[in-house]
Amino acid sequence: MSYSDKVLDHYNHPRNVGALDHNDPTVGTGMVGAPECGDVMKLQLKVNPQTGIIEDAKFKTFGCGSAIASSSLATEWVKGRTVDQALQIKNVEIVNELSLPPVKIHCSVLAEDAIKAAIADYRKKQANSKPTGGKA
Amino acid sequence: MKLPIYMDYHATTPVDPRVLKAMLPFFTEQFGNAASRNHSYGWEAERAVDKVRRQIAELIGASDKEIIFTSGATESDNLAIKGVAEMYAEKGDHIITAVTEHKAVLDTCKRLQKHGCRATFLPVGRDGLIDLEGLRAAITDKTILISIMLANNEIGVLQPVREIGRMAKERGVLFHTDATQAVGKVPVNVIEDNIDLMSISGHKMYGPKGIGALYVRRKNPRVQLTAQMDGGGHERGMRSGTLNVTGIVGLGEACAICRREMAGESIRLAALRDRLKAKLAAALDEVYVNGSMEHRLPNNLNMSFAYVEGESLLMGIKDVAVSSGSACTSATLEPSYVLKALGISDDLAHTSIRFGLGRFNTEEEVDYVAERVTETVNKLRELSPLYEMAREGVDLKSVHWERGR
Repeated sequence: MSYSDKVLDHYNHPRNVGALDHNDPTVGTGMVGAPECGDVMKLQLKVNPQTGIIEDAKFKTFGCGSAIASSSLATEWVKGRTVDQALQIKNVEIVNELSLPPVKIHCSVLAEDAIKAAIADYRKKQANSKPTGGKA
Repeated sequence: MKLPIYMDYHATTPVDPRVLKAMLPFFTEQFGNAASRNHSYGWEAERAVDKVRRQIAELIGASDKEIIFTSGATESDNLAIKGVAEMYAEKGDHIITAVTEHKAVLDTCKRLQKHGCRATFLPVGRDGLIDLEGLRAAITDKTILISIMLANNEIGVLQPVREIGRMAKERGVLFHTDATQAVGKVPVNVIEDNIDLMSISGHKMYGPKGIGALYVRRKNPRVQLTAQMDGGGHERGMRSGTLNVTGIVGLGEACAICRREMAGESIRLAALRDRLKAKLAAALDEVYVNGSMEHRLPNNLNMSFAYVEGESLLMGIKDVAVSSGSACTSATLEPSYVLKALGISDDLAHTSIRFGLGRFNTEEEVDYVAERVTETVNKLRELSPLYEMAREGVDLKSVHWERGR
């Protein structure tokens, strides 16, 4: 299979590789995929609770070059956006940006799912960590 | 050292320059049809073809009259299995094969099942070998053919053909072996191994593509086949079609070279293979060899690199041509059925790489490949959430995975 230049660039120079502290209440962690399917993506976001803006993002991915590129791109795109804006990212945009062939579309779907899972985790944490007194 | 490095000799091999030299006159000067009986062009071509029958026969311990030329091993497998099923239909309707066979055998057996034949697909152990007692138990009065490959194309594991052949003979069952990967690499003798039918391919042994052969035993027992193609009745009526004389000459020269050089070449390739394996095992943790090391082609190494998906690994070693059992490199998006048959879990099957060494590989190349693989595995493990979890002591088998949509 031949890869687009953008996939190769992300594969050779993945952005935002690493991990954030998953115990931090402002960090949301999403892990999607399964080892037996050949793809696992872990995506983490650090959100400023005051502004709702995603200030940092990190990823680690087990998967093919397109999966690595999709998650790397996802971290680039979520940074600086609000949580609500990040939720608007659609897998088709990733497909178009990276020129993914049809057999690799699932990689982009997984990246979208990873963003959603990380945000869901962040929101759950925020809800749980709200000071008692107010009605949740 | 020239890049990229070719280390995928199970897929195909380059034509040996000596083979090419032998072939060249047959394109332009000695271009006759071997079936032309009435002029010197035809006689010349027929002489050349007959010489090749002897060259092949000498390599495998057969007689020259027992060699049928085909377009390659896929055709040989089809002809052997379908030809036997049809010819011996009155005697029985049961075929035994194994789950790790090449698709040319598996899918042929499956097609015959649709036409009313019964087929048994024997399982293999963790080492990739069939269980001889399981084979014995599978043979019935209706069994007409056992088809078990000599060497596997992914893991290089050598099946116990001699024992299988003996068992088949005792029970009056024909024995076909797909020896595509084995002929010219390890000694094969159709008499000692009790082989009745054997598929051979030119391009896996430094001959040209598009030429192969089927060994068909002529005595004890005399094996008959129903032809699968109608035409001029060439090749004792078993395979019609004008002979590919140029390709045949190439196959013959390839066999002659293998016969002369196999002993030395297999020692050299086993040493290179072992060097590669030792270097990778020393540099990396959690690497696993797939299949038996003891019963194996000298030039094969199939390894899983835990926590690193195979296609991404291939991408990182772009100047090395190898292949992977990862789903992402196949059209079906399923990981290798051969590795799965060994009981290797899907997650490890996704991380496998097949190294096929060959005649033109050097020690320098092996060292380069070992370095590039090590470097890439290390880089991708830094990127792998699974490697991170494993190092934190998480049991990956116990994790509930969100499979996505």
